[in-house]
Amino acid sequence: MKKDLLGIGDLTEDEIHLVLDTAEAMREIAQRPIKKVPTLRGKTVVNLFYEPSTRTRTSFEIAEKRLSADTLNIAVAVSSVVKGETLADTARNIEAMAPDMIVIRHASSGAPHLLSRICRSRIINAGDGMHEHPTQALLDAFTIREHKKKIDGLKVTIVGDLLHSRVLRSNVLLLTRLGAEVWVSGPPTLVPVGLERHGVHVSSSIDEAVADADVVMMLRIQQERMHGAFFPSLREYFFTFGMTKARVARAKPDVIIMHPGPMNRGVEIDSEVADGPYSVILEQVANGVAVRMAVLYLLAGGSEGD
Amino acid sequence: MPVVLDADRISRTLTRIAHEILERNRGVDELALVGIRTRGVPIAKRLARAIRDINRHDVPTGALDITLYRDDLMRHAVGPQPLIRKTEIPFSIDDKKILLVDDVLYTGRTIRAALDALIDFGRPKAIQLVVLVDRGHRELPIKADYVGKNVPTSPTQSVQVRLTEVDGRDEVEITES
Repeated sequence: MKKDLLGIGDLTEDEIHLVLDTAEAMREIAQRPIKKVPTLRGKTVVNLFYEPSTRTRTSFEIAEKRLSADTLNIAVAVSSVVKGETLADTARNIEAMAPDMIVIRHASSGAPHLLSRICRSRIINAGDGMHEHPTQALLDAFTIREHKKKIDGLKVTIVGDLLHSRVLRSNVLLLTRLGAEVWVSGPPTLVPVGLERHGVHVSSSIDEAVADADVVMMLRIQQERMHGAFFPSLREYFFTFGMTKARVARAKPDVIIMHPGPMNRGVEIDSEVADGPYSVILEQVANGVAVRMAVLYLLAGGSEGD
Repeated sequence: MPVVLDADRISRTLTRIAHEILERNRGVDELALVGIRTRGVPIAKRLARAIRDINRHDVPTGALDITLYRDDLMRHAVGPQPLIRKTEIPFSIDDKKILLVDDVLYTGRTIRAALDALIDFGRPKAIQLVVLVDRGHRELPIKADYVGKNVPTSPTQSVQVRLTEVDGRDEVEITES
């Protein structure tokens, strides 16, 4: 593995499988009476979160603690960033205290790459702007592999706000690399230009995209990133692209329904589907801890660059 | 290079150890086998079979991967991390007599890691150590309770245990490394 995990592009196919296999072994630790192994004893991990996050931050923190790392959370609202410090200066100051790893979430695409250039610590991208969210794609792949026993040849359909979604980008890179047939659907205003070049099938019809799908992944409508009118109303969006029981019925009988969270019930997904028998949404959350433990473990050792 | 145990000897050695286990523990009550990955696992399964052949009782058997507990894990700045495999102990070890099984006993560091790992799973009544080969050169105060064969070696030699389940044949060989 390279020094940092900035995006799925950093990983070879073999390395993706290594992360997933390692996560498989890590998952058992959550079943033990003492949910902790001494592996990262004496390592310091800083969680630097410039965007609100409950799931990802908690997941990383639990993963770090189960590996016995010392963890430190910096949330921007209470840090010196509000006093005007630049990201680079914040990073240099944290670096001066010699942490071993920095997990960063930032609203600007490329923020982890900036840290990677100026820090000796290992950097893990926990979501940067509209760019990538590699650990989310890895935990999605882990969840799919667990249910389908493979990824190669599956039809995976991703529906929703494609334009603002780092989850989409990471998933497209990962799933196409592992041989899945990726379909996407969403309002034309929310489909990024050039997706087809990555081998993705784009359809304006959700019914066509979902037909015979093995996996359906719903993406959140990111109202906080929308500074314009991308569709007439949330009600109309639900009518056209919301995942309902009737639409699920068009997919394969053993389809699994995924969502990276947080869900907008009644916007991109009907409660009946979110809480229904095909939903693996909470499994995704549980698997997230194991996958992040795997990433932390694999990055903590040596790398080719050392 | 000399083969110190062939397939037949390995088979008879494991049967002998199964008898020793039963004699020393006066039966199978509270017993459980835990094999250390990789080759401790098939040996543990064979011991379970041997015990069943003797007295028709099934002894619960698990597999332990000690990688996350190794004392040399984060000391090498160079090179990729060792592969982690699944630990599968599908029973409670509380108040059980655990027979910890490995192929070769050498420095004792693997066993130290395995003891730490086991303690995280519960509080066994006792832990006894079973090894197919004891080659000496201990670096920690650890001693096996059941030994298949003591094999005097020099530190430059290496002991290769091959088992059908993993390597396609049964044999223990000493090689110069």
